[in-house]
Amino acid sequence: MTKLNTFEQAVATYEPVLGLETHIELDTNTKMFCGCSTAFGAEPNTQVCPVCLALPGALPVANKAAVEATIKIGLALNCRIAEWTRFARKNYFYPDMPKNFQTSQYEEPLCEDGYVDVVVDGKAYRVEIERVHLEEDTGKTLHVGGTTGRIHGATESLVDYNRAGIPLVEIVTKPVPGTGALAPEVARAYTAELRDIVRSLGVSDVRMEQGSLRCDVNLSLNRPGEEWGTRTETKNVNSLRSVERAVRYEVRRQSALLDAGERIFQETRHFHETTGETSPGRSKEEATDYRYFPEPDLAVMEPSREWVEELRASLPELPRKRRERLQAAWSLGDKEMQSVVNADAVDLIEATVAAGATPSAAVKWWLGELSRRANESGEELAAMRITPAEVAELQGMVDDGRLNDKLARQVIDGVLAGEGSPSDVAAKRGLEVVSDTGALEAAVDEAIAANPAVADKIRGGTHAAAGVLIGAVMKATKGQADAGTVRQIILDKLG
Amino acid sequence: MSTISREEVAHLARLARLEVTDEELDAFAGQLDVILQSMKTLAEVDTDGVQPTSHAVPLVNVFREDQPQPSLPRDAALAGGPDTFEDRFRVPRILDEEA
Ligand SMILES: [Zn+2]
Repeated sequence: MTKLNTFEQAVATYEPVLGLETHIELDTNTKMFCGCSTAFGAEPNTQVCPVCLALPGALPVANKAAVEATIKIGLALNCRIAEWTRFARKNYFYPDMPKNFQTSQYEEPLCEDGYVDVVVDGKAYRVEIERVHLEEDTGKTLHVGGTTGRIHGATESLVDYNRAGIPLVEIVTKPVPGTGALAPEVARAYTAELRDIVRSLGVSDVRMEQGSLRCDVNLSLNRPGEEWGTRTETKNVNSLRSVERAVRYEVRRQSALLDAGERIFQETRHFHETTGETSPGRSKEEATDYRYFPEPDLAVMEPSREWVEELRASLPELPRKRRERLQAAWSLGDKEMQSVVNADAVDLIEATVAAGATPSAAVKWWLGELSRRANESGEELAAMRITPAEVAELQGMVDDGRLNDKLARQVIDGVLAGEGSPSDVAAKRGLEVVSDTGALEAAVDEAIAANPAVADKIRGGTHAAAGVLIGAVMKATKGQADAGTVRQIILDKLG
Repeated sequence: MSTISREEVAHLARLARLEVTDEELDAFAGQLDVILQSMKTLAEVDTDGVQPTSHAVPLVNVFREDQPQPSLPRDAALAGGPDTFEDRFRVPRILDEEA
């Protein structure tokens, strides 16, 4: 195996071209072509019927709510909505579909030619959308008998078709050139924006960790001025962070191969969450031979312009507008707001403000201390074990003078360790600012006695020297004193 | 000249999971060739501006409301499968791909 290049080496020589395919499971009540429930967590094979099992003679009928949801997504992504569109059969033999085909769309998708704008590092990128089409999800396959649980070595597969037939929207971008070293961040920003747009429409819960939003990342490299290279398609990318990492890894891997004079094969690769690496999956040669043909059991769709305009008028406030509104309400500059967006903290800060914190305090915690910790642990901010309400509570304790910044950080340690709410942690760990003036005065007297020269300086009018004594008192009280109060006591005694 | 090769027929048979003998390959290649020639003749017709026909009946926009209907009892659903295990359909192992 060729050694990887560093990312910096790679983008100094090659230009990445990105492409993203996203699958979003809609949260309709029923499946795409039958009345089976889509409720999550049911016993295996209890939400199946002759239609989704493709028993002979069954007749699929399209779910109107799913078609409407897809048109809404298309409109929110600035797409043209087809006047004439139909379903197609995508033929393949794999037991995740009992029909031996997946009902999808081929040459006539419901929505085409849209775009999503994102800003990364102060630069605006327009990611063009090629198509948005409607299809159905597959069943869940469990590979058993092997030693690893993975397919290699498995002796048989067990299939649950509850998920087979749930409406799935596929959103495909056009190739995105010109992102250079920012390719990983642009891929992430696009996915986050898409997720936020779809969430705002209320048509899917778009939870990446639960698989209701799934990403495939396409990537190729070329030298400047040369033709685009052969692309790989990385599947199994299940978080925003993974999108970024998958792009980064493929850039590093492909550039090393190209440097060594090897060629890139068009192939499907799998992303591994634990290592951040990709490995080859099935070869594309035969897999792409899906022999699509128009679905004869389903009627053609001709969405009327009145219907489309009705749906357009029903669109809620989209993320871009919402961000503009929140930015004004929070009095943030463009750059600061962009940091909030890139940290995926808009919802968190909004909820923290709703729980009583000021916008500036909410921004400070989420972008400062908590972002730093999320980076350290490699987690998404929203996945951390602290809620917006707890952050608001923490800030309330700081505002009340019960905690200083240092103690607040220790309280965060406890909350993240699962020790309870900020007040629980403060009580259990004995983290409270010492407000007993008697104790503080005694500590100040000790500090003065131990540092006579400093004390003289302060007496002489050099108030800045008080810092040394404050430090000594803080040390003596294990950081549990309020620095402002200590300073005041020192100046009262020596000023 | 034949419009479809023996290899192409073998490839299609593999995609459709059909077992085909060598004699059958020759026979099918010949028969498919006749069909493809006929399609070629049809393709000569000028169809510019003609909407492709999907259905014999002019039905459009046939939709269903998003109302749940009862599913099959699980036993009935599983009865159609070749084999089951722990309420799931059991199938032979699948090579070279992950779910
Ligand atoms: Zn069903």
